[in-house]
Amino acid sequence: MSARRPLLRLEDVTKVYHMGDVDVHALRGVSLEVHEGESIAIMGASGSGKSTLMNIIGCLDRPTTGRYLLADEEVSSLDRNELAEKRNRTLGFVFQNFNLLARTSATENVELPLLYAGLRTRERHELARAALTRVGLGDRLHHHPNQMSGGQQQRVAIARALVANPKVILADEPTGNLDSVTSVEVMAIFQQLCDSGITVVLVTHEPDIARYAARVVMMKDGKVQSDQRQPPQRAAVKPTELASGGA
Amino acid sequence: MNPLQTLRVASRALLRNKMRSFLTTLGIIIGVSAVIAMVAIGEGAKAQVAAQFASMGSNLLVVLPGTTTLGGQRGGYGSMMTLTWDDLRAVRSELPTVKYAAAQLSSGAQLMSEDQNWSTRVFGTTPEYFLIRNWATALGSPMSDSDTEGGTKIVLLGQTVATQLFGANANPVGQLVRIRNIPFEVKGVLESKGQSSWGQDYDDVAFIPLKTFQTKIQGGLQQFISGQIYVGATSEADTAKAQQQITSLLRDRHRIGPGQEDDFSIRNLTELANAQEESLKTITTLLAGVAAVALLVGGIGIMNIMLVSVTERTREIGVRMAVGAKPRNILAQFLVEALTLAIAGGFLGIVFGLAGGQLLAARFHWPMLMRPDIIAISVVFSALVGIVFGLYPARKASLLDPIEALRFE
Repeated sequence: MSARRPLLRLEDVTKVYHMGDVDVHALRGVSLEVHEGESIAIMGASGSGKSTLMNIIGCLDRPTTGRYLLADEEVSSLDRNELAEKRNRTLGFVFQNFNLLARTSATENVELPLLYAGLRTRERHELARAALTRVGLGDRLHHHPNQMSGGQQQRVAIARALVANPKVILADEPTGNLDSVTSVEVMAIFQQLCDSGITVVLVTHEPDIARYAARVVMMKDGKVQSDQRQPPQRAAVKPTELASGGA
Repeated sequence: MNPLQTLRVASRALLRNKMRSFLTTLGIIIGVSAVIAMVAIGEGAKAQVAAQFASMGSNLLVVLPGTTTLGGQRGGYGSMMTLTWDDLRAVRSELPTVKYAAAQLSSGAQLMSEDQNWSTRVFGTTPEYFLIRNWATALGSPMSDSDTEGGTKIVLLGQTVATQLFGANANPVGQLVRIRNIPFEVKGVLESKGQSSWGQDYDDVAFIPLKTFQTKIQGGLQQFISGQIYVGATSEADTAKAQQQITSLLRDRHRIGPGQEDDFSIRNLTELANAQEESLKTITTLLAGVAAVALLVGGIGIMNIMLVSVTERTREIGVRMAVGAKPRNILAQFLVEALTLAIAGGFLGIVFGLAGGQLLAARFHWPMLMRPDIIAISVVFSALVGIVFGLYPARKASLLDPIEALRFE
């Protein structure tokens, strides 16, 4: 693990949206370094700029000024195609509302990133099955989203995020639509991924969830207000137990 | 992502909404089947007309004698006999574009076999006539030159007459037939020519040698031809030229000055056939045009549904982009979806078009002729419709901003 060189490095990043005649300054100079294997929670009230920061880290958006280096590569000047490739190879997303494709099996949902990476059908199947097994859904490979609970759907989404073996997983309010017990289960999975060397970036407004991260960044008015490290609380449930327990 | 994977993703998306996909395709199905059926029926009609005119005789011109005008009252063709036997000889021998020429005299007559009788038209003519009309004998032997020269009492029967007098499938060759109570030996039965498009039975006829007709039926030789002259031009292209040459020759022979009207008239059957074929072609084009409009409407239907689909699946597009789909992957997916709908519609349309055409043809006894090139054109055209009308929605999808798309409710 090359802990000395940061995996994510933002240098004085600003983001300005033009809403008609008004310029909205969503980010006003954010500098941040995240190392490989870190778990970090970005917190803040709505309008604090945490979602914008998330979008820029996730290569869904480009900074107006400043630099963003992802794994030593400048990405702030990449075009749409190159950004898509970064998202495909280096990043994985987990959303609040799961964002699974309806009427599509868990396996096919998880295969989606591999499809755009150009993998063959057999490889896709194998990797998707492995990822689903890893999040404890090895027995629900062919279930459709509407046949699964919220927690199971979010685990499918996590499997989709990690199937292409990314360096960073970005989770935007991953527990926002889940009850507290299921939330802990999902956080346990994130902690397990983090233990295996994947960098996890959480965006949340719930302090209870932020406790599971080793580092908490508070955003306010488009700036980093505080950046603190903490001993993370361990999520009690192990994903291996989830597989049999269901939810 | 290779094309096959794109196709698989697209077809899966279409199958997720089977009913909608089918209804969208319906527009193309109707358009293509309409094109196929209309063209097939139009082409069939054209072929039938061509066949009918071919059965009347190839490169055929008919010279009719003039009309009388008595005190302002004008008679019909043949009311004044103006064509002479010398005219016939001149037409046959002096004009390079004329291959055959034969007189055709006719009279209605009652024909009697041993136990049946039948009223039909009896024609007196020469062997050349059958060459002009491209008419062979099915049974027995054709009329010969010695028959015309000797004035023998033989008769060639049309299929209808043979059937009426001797029954179906009988062989009347060698039997006796009485025409106006004069016994004639049946020398042959002519091949069937079928009906004209206006319902005239070409086979309800009997032919006897010209000289026999003149002496036995008409009653004496005459200077004028009391009938028509059938002319076979050397080729189809020469019929117009032959018509001109015959006109000027006859005007010359009849001493008709410039500015005076002809005392005869010429019917050019090739021209008639062409005109009829031309009008059928117009109708076919018109029908195909209407059908093409239906196809266009089908294309607009595809565009409509694809636009709805893009809006409805905005979030899906956002997810696909988030996990690494490039704009061109999204463009390809939606374009292939539109294309698949259009081509599937095209193929189903061909099936329905052929079946519908057959059904209509069978129901109304229309002839039908399927042209393979029309099938190919329909498929290509429907694919084109898919691309043209799929491009805008697909482009719209590919230009979506992933952040906006993911936030879409």
